[in-house]
Amino acid sequence: MAEKFINQKGFIDNLPKIYGTYTGGFLAFIILMAIAEQAGMTAKTIGILFVAFTVCIYALIGWLSRTVQVDAYYVAGRQVPTVFNGMATAADWMSGASFVAMAGGIYFGGYTYMAFLVGWTGGYVLVSSLLAPYLRKFGCYTVPDFIGTRYGGTAARFWAVVVLVLASFTYVTAQINATGTIASRALGIPFELGVWIGLVSILLCSMLGGMRAVTWTQVAQYIVLIIAYLIPVFWISNKNGFGFFPHLMLADEVNRLADLEAQFGLVKNAAADITAAGVPGGLASISNPHSGVPAGGMAAWSFISLAICMMVGTASLPHILMRYFTTPSVKAARKSVAWSLFFIALLYTSAPMLATLSKISLLDPNLPTGLIGKPIAEVMQIEWVNAWINVKQAFIADFNGDGVLQLNEWFMRGDVVVLATPEVAGLPYVISGLVAAGGMAAAMSTADGLILAIANALSHDIYYKIVDPKADVRKRLLVARSLLVVIGAAGAYIASMRITSILGAVAWAFDFAMSGLFFPLVLGVWWKRATREGAIAGMILGLGSGTAYLIYVGPKFMAQTPWLGIDHLRFGIIGASVSLIAMVVVSLMTPEPDKATQKMVDEVRIPSGKTILSGTH
Amino acid sequence: MSNKEKHWEKTKGLMITTLIIWFIFSIVIFMFGESLNSGSFLGYPLAYYMCAQGSIVVFVVLIFWFANRQEKIDEEFGFAERGDD
Repeated sequence: MAEKFINQKGFIDNLPKIYGTYTGGFLAFIILMAIAEQAGMTAKTIGILFVAFTVCIYALIGWLSRTVQVDAYYVAGRQVPTVFNGMATAADWMSGASFVAMAGGIYFGGYTYMAFLVGWTGGYVLVSSLLAPYLRKFGCYTVPDFIGTRYGGTAARFWAVVVLVLASFTYVTAQINATGTIASRALGIPFELGVWIGLVSILLCSMLGGMRAVTWTQVAQYIVLIIAYLIPVFWISNKNGFGFFPHLMLADEVNRLADLEAQFGLVKNAAADITAAGVPGGLASISNPHSGVPAGGMAAWSFISLAICMMVGTASLPHILMRYFTTPSVKAARKSVAWSLFFIALLYTSAPMLATLSKISLLDPNLPTGLIGKPIAEVMQIEWVNAWINVKQAFIADFNGDGVLQLNEWFMRGDVVVLATPEVAGLPYVISGLVAAGGMAAAMSTADGLILAIANALSHDIYYKIVDPKADVRKRLLVARSLLVVIGAAGAYIASMRITSILGAVAWAFDFAMSGLFFPLVLGVWWKRATREGAIAGMILGLGSGTAYLIYVGPKFMAQTPWLGIDHLRFGIIGASVSLIAMVVVSLMTPEPDKATQKMVDEVRIPSGKTILSGTH
Repeated sequence: MSNKEKHWEKTKGLMITTLIIWFIFSIVIFMFGESLNSGSFLGYPLAYYMCAQGSIVVFVVLIFWFANRQEKIDEEFGFAERGDD
């Protein structure tokens, strides 16, 4: 019945109405919670209700979207309209890191950190101009499907799967970690249990309906996360009289922060002092200018090199590219990239504003919320300060022993900026509950996309294309679903061991993807002369050299001095360069691709006509 | 030159133009971040503004523009798809 409902053309036509009602319902739920808070409902109950209510809705959508058809499972039946695919991609893209950690990163890193903003948006220009429309024309189910067909042979397909799994898996553990953190805080359960509850919620969205279910839950998750991000930004800005429309009106506050930094002084604490004072791990004090650009060519290079890695990595991440396989046409795929970036930009342009608001609230002694320059005894009396210090998310170290809080004596964890700002600014608790639901939506939607990308590549490219090409539809989908559970469980297991911080792992995923996949994908479309041997060399040597370099400079591995400032966040620059050289040299050394392959590339380059791979392959 | 080749020439041209604009707003301007910051826009220091909003807005507009231009090119050479979205 539901199968019929979501298959009907009426469903697609009615999407604006369906999601409009959903948005209205969600807003009504927020108001209901606000009233309940006034009536005396506890903060904890509100938090639980927010997370439970939204997760149940996603699970319901996942169940309604269940399917037994291959093309619905892998590419949502290729009928996702442009704007909705844009929203789904935005949710797929904006991870727990974007939602929870980004404003915190800007809060601490200032301008230097904002290279991530440029990198994580600029990459979409590469996606739209170099890849998305051509991969859509190809008609593939997965990214390795393109590599395998364009270059031919099992080896090329296999290595593409290797890069995909490595990049996506690095990324997915960070997402499951984030769902675990949020679930454990909102529901008041231990982190390890939170991780498994997060995983079950993630699988509820994807297991029965594959790409179709993930698409429609991601749209729902986007709506929740964007509301949860924008309401606090606008509210705080208006409440404190900083400006009605913060994005255009916070210039005074940005400049005021520069003055305050000069007044308080930006002091980098010595590592020994931090250890001696007993500051919990992962906490930091503000020591970088908010809007000031660090002097020198090396600083500019470190900004640019990080942006390059994130941009090229964006254009190589399979879970993003595969979203453009779901549009009804090539034309729609192109437009859909534009809409994706539009929806992403709504959040990304708000993150610096949230960081600014949060920072000025804490720093400015003229504001009632300001902490710096106040007696420490007085600061410790503030309820939210106490609460976060108790859970080791904030810390005060009176280095100079004068009993007054200095800028370099206030420590906080980056994640707290987004999660605590509503409280810091004195908004009602309902907003904190909303933010928790938004963070959960962001982490779940990305985790879903990633797990699906890995499971689909393994089930389609390894199982169906290599191991058992005669498998029937029922068996293929059974394998796909089982893999989804196995991969999710593996990710949750690793996340529960807490090996790496959220951000390190996220940046690595981009570097792995760009090292192995960027040039084989782009040259597959743009250079007819690219051969199978060239592509295989590009993937193996790119990934190999990038990984070797990561081990060489990685602070947790050999920790050697990086060349030219290319550190462990930027190892993709080495990998991708090697990949390009290897691919070009080997391609030129091997005979050019046969006529059929060249004709296939010609076909890919024009939008009209049949896709290269048939509808259900 | 065949119709297909002409279409591809124009497509390549558009790709290159798009990537030049992309390169300027994602990389070139941030080479000069330090001097850029002495200018201002809406009162924000300019380099700060460009990475907080400016470049991001340019990218969004650029991709919409690119998609429209490419559609025109496809129509011009008769390679546009029919009967979809």
